[in-house]
Amino acid sequence: MPKQAAEVRRHNFSEVALGYSVEHAVEEARRCLNCKKPKCVLGCPVEIDIPGFIRCIAERDFSSGVSVLKEKNLLPAICGRVCPQEEQCEETCILLKKGGQIAIGRLERFLADWEARQGELEIPKSPAATGKKVAVVGGGPAGLTVAGDLIKLGHQVIIFEALHKMGGVLIYGIPEFRLPKAIVSREVDYLKKLGVEVITDFVVGKTRTVDSLLQEFDAIFIGSGAGLPWFMDIPGENLNGVYSANEYLTRMNLMKGYLFPRFPTPIKEHKRVAVVGGGNVAMDCARTALRLGAEARIIYRRSRQELPAREEEVENAEEEGVIFDFLTLPIRYIGNENGWIKEIECLRMELGEPDSSGRRRPVPIEGSEFILPMDAAICAIGNSPNPLIAASTPGLEVGKRGNIVADEESGKTSRERVWAGGDVVTGAATVILAMGAGRKAARSIHEHLSSL
Amino acid sequence: MFKLLETQMIVPNIHLVTLEAPAIASEIRPGQFVIVRAEEEGERIPLSVSDWDREKGTLTIIFMNVGNTTGKLASLRGGQNLPTVVGPLGNATEIEKFGTVLCLGGCYGIGSIFPIARGLKEKENKVITVIEARSSYLCYWEEKLEQVSDRIVSITRDGTKGYRGHVDRLPEIIKSLDEPVDRMIINGCTFLLKKGSDASRPLGIKTVVSLNPIMIDGTGMCGVCRVTVGGSTKFACVDGPDFDGHQVDWAELLQRRRTYMPEEVTSMRTSRCEEHVVKR
Ligand SMILES: Cc1cc2nc3c(=O)[nH]c(=O)nc-3n(C[C@H](O)[C@H](O)[C@H](O)COP(=O)(O)OP(=O)(O)OC[C@H]3O[C@@H](n4cnc5c(N)ncnc54)[C@H](O)[C@@H]3O)c2cc1C
Ligand SMILES: Cc1cc2nc3c(=O)[nH]c(=O)nc-3n(C[C@H](O)[C@H](O)[C@H](O)COP(=O)(O)OP(=O)(O)OC[C@H]3O[C@@H](n4cnc5c(N)ncnc54)[C@H](O)[C@@H]3O)c2cc1C
Ligand code: SF4
Ligand code: SF4
Ligand code: FES
Repeated sequence: MPKQAAEVRRHNFSEVALGYSVEHAVEEARRCLNCKKPKCVLGCPVEIDIPGFIRCIAERDFSSGVSVLKEKNLLPAICGRVCPQEEQCEETCILLKKGGQIAIGRLERFLADWEARQGELEIPKSPAATGKKVAVVGGGPAGLTVAGDLIKLGHQVIIFEALHKMGGVLIYGIPEFRLPKAIVSREVDYLKKLGVEVITDFVVGKTRTVDSLLQEFDAIFIGSGAGLPWFMDIPGENLNGVYSANEYLTRMNLMKGYLFPRFPTPIKEHKRVAVVGGGNVAMDCARTALRLGAEARIIYRRSRQELPAREEEVENAEEEGVIFDFLTLPIRYIGNENGWIKEIECLRMELGEPDSSGRRRPVPIEGSEFILPMDAAICAIGNSPNPLIAASTPGLEVGKRGNIVADEESGKTSRERVWAGGDVVTGAATVILAMGAGRKAARSIHEHLSSL
Repeated sequence: MFKLLETQMIVPNIHLVTLEAPAIASEIRPGQFVIVRAEEEGERIPLSVSDWDREKGTLTIIFMNVGNTTGKLASLRGGQNLPTVVGPLGNATEIEKFGTVLCLGGCYGIGSIFPIARGLKEKENKVITVIEARSSYLCYWEEKLEQVSDRIVSITRDGTKGYRGHVDRLPEIIKSLDEPVDRMIINGCTFLLKKGSDASRPLGIKTVVSLNPIMIDGTGMCGVCRVTVGGSTKFACVDGPDFDGHQVDWAELLQRRRTYMPEEVTSMRTSRCEEHVVKR
């Protein structure tokens, strides 16, 4: 797919991947074998009729293609961009063995973008109101999916979102250059037009508890994500210039810090930034810092092979000039006399026996300590669910890592009339899995409401 | 949207706003705060709630105009709207029957200590309220505080009201009381919180301070508000904002609050010149 040249894009926040042209898309679609028993569909968590929509593209019937997509996926413009396709639909495509798997995600994105260019979306006629009321907690992909599915069935839906903008990680976490915020806003606007009511600046568990909402609503879906940042608990972590990935990305994306001072939330212009971690979040932080003019590096304790980030994003980061320090573990942040970070002390690692995750365990090499001069460090080692809701909802069963326990098929929790899904149940996962969980919960909620 | 009902500068540079936020007003308890944006695309800043009316669904906030966002806020008038007021955030101040409690408030804390003093009084504590300000003309809400206090004492830097000096006068004040102080609660700027805690430490009085680190979300999501208390890291927005003042790492808090000092100055410069005219 055409991309902005690395030299150009490392200085801007515009989207990196430019998308297929019509001709390019049709050409790619024509390669698809239209398998009778399509393997690709098995790799898609929401089972999109992949050959179906690809056939539409090949026949240049784009609007039918959009309909096929939307039967299963409410947010194709988003999934087409951020799904880890190489581990999902594209990994199971029959053509993979020959090294020529179909670019399913890109074609999905192409259709969604085509639809956006057609102007205003048609608003389907509202179904007869059932008089049932559902509260959705959290405006991320899980919550948006539940809201979309239930409003189409005639239920009244209100989304309560803690931040001042809807979209969850899609708006505060994933950077503009990977997922333009206008796309997220468009999807949220569409839901509003369908009749979903949105209340931002409302923290469930604080502004009102789940139990208080239950007095007014017939059902509640909790899709509050995994927003609690982990730190490493090493010396110097509270020095100025040490951030959690959430803080750094929120300043940048939600608060538009990269446009400071036009937007008033400040962000520092650092010269040398180290990002600790190897997932998508770490790549996003490093590429953001780079775009603000820093020398950006990723410090990861295993090797390139084990990086959990999407291959595409790792390649993008490499092209843009992010430096990678593999097999490296930070053990201490060292500050200057003003309390600002000036150096990171690290250890070299080597790979030992495989651990419980099946990946080879990194083991420190004794005496390998070394110092990297640095004026900022971003900790991107993971997140777990925020305890606010669980702590304020008696009887809601919670797992070891603070995740809400919910039935995988229905999303039902230990509390009557309360469902949950997405990252708050699974821990940090993916957009499409959160949407899949939302879809299943919506189905179960609808069954419940219909039985009343 | 949250409608401003009343805005007023009550003493030089300290402002009071009353706004409509019924959901928050019905839940809020003493010591909690809200996060506010003064304009669309504006910065999120935490502000304590100094009073509320559950029936009318209103909150009263007192703030000092110190920078970009508080400056914007100060320029708004009744009838205008705030895009964000979210809360109530943080834990409520612990209020029990402690005995004699000394409430110390300075700058905005003179306001935010009020609901705490009221809560303590309702629990039948003996409440001694100490107001700290640079000068007598910066003292406010004394009548309100009198209604919920057994005694009011003032300390002014220039001695124009009450004791002259700063909170290093606290030991004398405490000595002048008829009975021992069982607990001290401090609201206000970081310097006051620290000095007050320093003063009470040798006296062995448990001291609760309401910390004010930089915040963004106020829900435990970003971690910028981390403070070290008793050797371990806490998120002030969800674990606090109240902590034991004798356990707080003050040097770290003061240094972390200075993170954006140069940017704050930039922000004042670039956003002010063309906006000297107050929009109405
Ligand atoms: C930087 C970054 C990059 C990522 N990149 C990818 C990628 O490329 N591909 C991919 O598939 N996945 C990616 N992910 C993961 C993906 O974004 C998440 O798995 C997904 O967003 C989870 O959706 P969710 O709806 O469960 O939660 P979230 O998106 O986290 O949304 C939860 C929402 O609930 C709100 N909320 C929380 N608590 C409350 C409360 N008490 N009251 C009201 N509202 C509340 C939050 O503010 C938030 O808006 C990335 C994540 C991050 C952080
Ligand atoms: C829990 C809590 C309750 C507070 N209650 C009150 C109150 O009732 N009245 C009041 O006047 N002030 C209160 N503050 C302090 C208030 O938040 C800051 O004065 C305000 O953020 C300054 O913003 P500014 O843009 O006007 O100034 P800036 O020029 O941006 O900053 C001035 C100083 O304020 C601090 N500050 C800046 N941004 C933030 C931020 N996002 N969060 C916290 N501090 C910041 C910094 O130390 C900075 O040096 C409270 C702070 C906390 C954490
Ligand atoms: S939703 Fe994701 S996994 Fe499914 S077809 Fe689209 S890109 Fe592939
Ligand atoms: S498996 Fe590959 S070739 Fe077969 S239908 Fe799916 S995308 Fe087309
Ligand atoms: S303000 Fe973000 S975690 Fe406390």
